[in-house]
Amino acid sequence: MARLQLNQVSKRYGDFWAARDVSLDVADGEFVVLLGPSGCGKTTTLRMIAGFVEPTEGSVQIGGTDITRLPPWKRNTGMVFQSYALFPHLTVAQNVAFGLEMRKVPQAEIGPKVEEALRLVRLDHLGGRLQRQLSGGQQQRVALARALVFRPDVLLLDEPLSNLDAKLRQEVRIEIRKLQRTLNLTTVMVTHDQEEALTMADRLVVMNDGMVRQVGTQRDLYERPADDFVAGFVGRSSFLGGAVEAPNLFRSRGGLAIRCIEDSTGPALMSLRPERITVAAQQQSGFDNGFPGEVEFVSYLGGLIDIHVRLSAEDQVVAQVPNREDGFMPRVGDKVHVSWTTGAASIFPGAEYGPDAQDL
Amino acid sequence: MTAWSFIDQRRLGRWALKGFAGLVMFYILAPLIFVTWLSFYQQEIPSFPPEGYSLRWYGAILKNDRFVNGLLLSLQLGLISTAIGLAVGLPAALCLSRVRFVGREALNNLLLLPLIIPGVVLGTALYVFHVETEIATGLPIIGSLGGLVTGHVLVVIPWCVRLITASLAGFDRTLEEAAQNLGADRWTTFRRITLPSILPGVVAAAMFGFVASFGNLEMSLFLVGPGRTTLPIAILQYLEWKIDPTIASVSVVQIALVAIAMLITDRFVKISRVV
Repeated sequence: MARLQLNQVSKRYGDFWAARDVSLDVADGEFVVLLGPSGCGKTTTLRMIAGFVEPTEGSVQIGGTDITRLPPWKRNTGMVFQSYALFPHLTVAQNVAFGLEMRKVPQAEIGPKVEEALRLVRLDHLGGRLQRQLSGGQQQRVALARALVFRPDVLLLDEPLSNLDAKLRQEVRIEIRKLQRTLNLTTVMVTHDQEEALTMADRLVVMNDGMVRQVGTQRDLYERPADDFVAGFVGRSSFLGGAVEAPNLFRSRGGLAIRCIEDSTGPALMSLRPERITVAAQQQSGFDNGFPGEVEFVSYLGGLIDIHVRLSAEDQVVAQVPNREDGFMPRVGDKVHVSWTTGAASIFPGAEYGPDAQDL
Repeated sequence: MTAWSFIDQRRLGRWALKGFAGLVMFYILAPLIFVTWLSFYQQEIPSFPPEGYSLRWYGAILKNDRFVNGLLLSLQLGLISTAIGLAVGLPAALCLSRVRFVGREALNNLLLLPLIIPGVVLGTALYVFHVETEIATGLPIIGSLGGLVTGHVLVVIPWCVRLITASLAGFDRTLEEAAQNLGADRWTTFRRITLPSILPGVVAAAMFGFVASFGNLEMSLFLVGPGRTTLPIAILQYLEWKIDPTIASVSVVQIALVAIAMLITDRFVKISRVV
């Protein structure tokens, strides 16, 4: 296992930048997830690490060695593909042995190593099976064993769980994470599934339009999103358009004066986390902001309730409240009061209320 | 209309369909059945009813040098042409199905062309070409095995390109990426992963190519030389001055060879899937 570095890596097809100036430093044994919507450049980035896509600019290093121009078969990376890509004409054991054979490992050592790898993924009893005799989850584990058996420097996972059903996905997530920790694998995973990314990663890289928007831990991304895209993509946010009128005073499009923490004045976008907003029948004390509004929509989600409240013709917020026995449960059309402290909001100067800042 | 009459109608329709299908099957198989029957007749003049049955006409094939030599030449020609056709067709199919370049469609059609052009036209064109080339270079081409092979390769190539392209279309290239990720270079990837996956298509291509070459008559007529006739031509020439059940027995041998080739193919790949 080794450290992986991307230095301002870009891939351009004509005028289109599939990835632009992607820089990333993955420590030895770290699990980094590339997260973003489809077409954001995360898969291109992964394929540049594996060697299937040659970067237009920049360099890729593994363990301090520059591998930018090396073909895939000379890089020591193990990849699990979205479709698993098991060789259909080979048995499970032969699939797992393939990487060892290519590395000219003596025949006598291949058997035990294959067995060990299959035992790691708890499939040691299925070595003689063919791909078509395996379930989706088993195929996924064979693909993992095949990628691990030759001790790659870096493990690459390309949406490895997207073909599994929801329940299995939960289990495999934890299984992969445990295995990764035990073997101290430097790992890069690509996914568009936010929850998957949050549960598995040490660190996350949020990408959009080929560019890295933010790198950080789960808490970094959630509490201090770098821009309105991250605020909307990681977790949920309601957005209010407007401007910072004076230091620490935000004026929404609908004319609300909202207290916040921001010094630079000018057009800006405010994002609010739904679970930090309080909804009550009467005005509440102890909050920095409190506004009357009308309930427009209520979603009953079981443990949680979403309450959409209109504050003015232009401004709407969503509050998420726990479903308690004695809890406040308004109906559509009710007059309510919403309150929040300055900590619930993030301000993005210069950002506009638009497609990137999707309301809930 | 009651429910019963509706069901009766459906049953009637089903029987009509079966009957019609049977009729068509008979229409296709009747010549094969009769020629096989005829080959076991005892008498020399094919008349009905037969006077008795014997295997003497199969023995007659072996006594006839033209048939034996024709069969050997056709086999030889089929094998050489199929080998060359595969050597050309496999890379061509790989290129056509994977590389995007200007004129790809045109090249694809060009490679399938020998299948569409009438054999007589193809034969005439090749004959004239061989004559001109022989005059220009002094090399013995007309009526040589080499000359025949050049023609037969043309007949084999379309089958190879078509069938191998078809099997490549169903091949998931992620498998190649997986192999390369595991440390296999391009050649090893092709040998260990791609080729085994498209092998059914390659076998089918070889068999169809061989059968196309083995049964070719029209084009070969222009390319054979003295003392060098293929089996279909030997049969045609024999028919010109004699009709006896030898023709039938030699046809049965030919049918059997083609049938064996088809059965072998079917073991690797369902023929109904590739044609």
